[in-house]
Amino acid sequence: MSGTPTPAAPSERLAAWTEDELGVEGRVLEVVRVPDPVLSTPGAEVDPTAPETVQLAADLVATMRVSPGCVGLAAQQVGVAARVFCVDVSAHPKTREHHGTFVLCNAEVVESSRNEKAREGCMSVPDFTGDVKRASRLVVRGQLPGTGEEVTFSANAFEARCLQHELDHCAGFVFLDRVAGAHAIHPRKTYL
Amino acid sequence: MSTPTLYAVTVLGHDRPGIIAETTGQLAGLGLNLEDSTMTLLRGHFAMMLVCSGGVEGAAIESALAPLTTDGTLTVTVREVPEETAPAAAGTSWVLTVHGGDRPGIVSGVVSEVAALGGNITDLSTRLSGSLYLLVAEFDVPAGTDLDALETAIRTAATALGVGATLRPAEADEL
Repeated sequence: MSGTPTPAAPSERLAAWTEDELGVEGRVLEVVRVPDPVLSTPGAEVDPTAPETVQLAADLVATMRVSPGCVGLAAQQVGVAARVFCVDVSAHPKTREHHGTFVLCNAEVVESSRNEKAREGCMSVPDFTGDVKRASRLVVRGQLPGTGEEVTFSANAFEARCLQHELDHCAGFVFLDRVAGAHAIHPRKTYL
Repeated sequence: MSTPTLYAVTVLGHDRPGIIAETTGQLAGLGLNLEDSTMTLLRGHFAMMLVCSGGVEGAAIESALAPLTTDGTLTVTVREVPEETAPAAAGTSWVLTVHGGDRPGIVSGVVSEVAALGGNITDLSTRLSGSLYLLVAEFDVPAGTDLDALETAIRTAATALGVGATLRPAEADEL
């Protein structure tokens, strides 16, 4: 293969994915909080076809589903330093386009542009929110748990923000490590 | 017309509605011009600092603000201060985040590394929430500072304290 790469687009394969593909029952796990050191530990690359990765993927989705307002969860947040996370921003008002529920393994940013600042929260940092600048247009590459298929896709707006937040978790960072300045962290006033 | 005098005013103590309104109302009544100010709650305590300028004596400001202190829950100080001119920024600006388990010495252990290399902190906030200690600081370093050495020194100090530190450029988008 050669020539100009095809511009990344939203992925139909990713949008069609559901956790039913995993074929295992997800367990609801406890979400860890700062200052737990696992949240500052870069995740190890995983084998997306390994049974423990498939179980972790199912557990992440199950834990996200029962957590009010949760739009994404990374392995570090359930105590595992691995490059796996789930996302589902479909019900969030700031979402434009989205891929529904999906889990990615070993994901990385291919391209990013159009930075925008917004206030973020995190289940692992329950007492604060913070102003973080992130790209609003993103191209991400990752592997699907179970089959190991590689997907490269574009994401925008809130889904792009959520992806970067989860990718940060997988690299051992929380949003506190990205805030814009000394007055960009705010005590949380409402809990979901 | 004489040059206005600058005064630094602090108000600290038990929070309640109306402290800022009363303070600034008294200052305005004396014809003082409010310049820079900052107010926050520090573990629920009201904390305000401001610099104002005008042509009155410090004693007049103290007596105007005295009613704030009568119930004993607030402390007010008034002090004349000289004009400060901000040095021209020839270096670079950075944002530092430190977070981890609370223990004594986190702030001093990390910021002393910034100071050792000539870094000047321009804004800082720290928070304690449960067992989490969090520090975010903005600082300037002179041109020519060895930034790799600074980052290594900060990370080494943070690791010794059992906390994590991240350093990134302070971004300003010119429009």
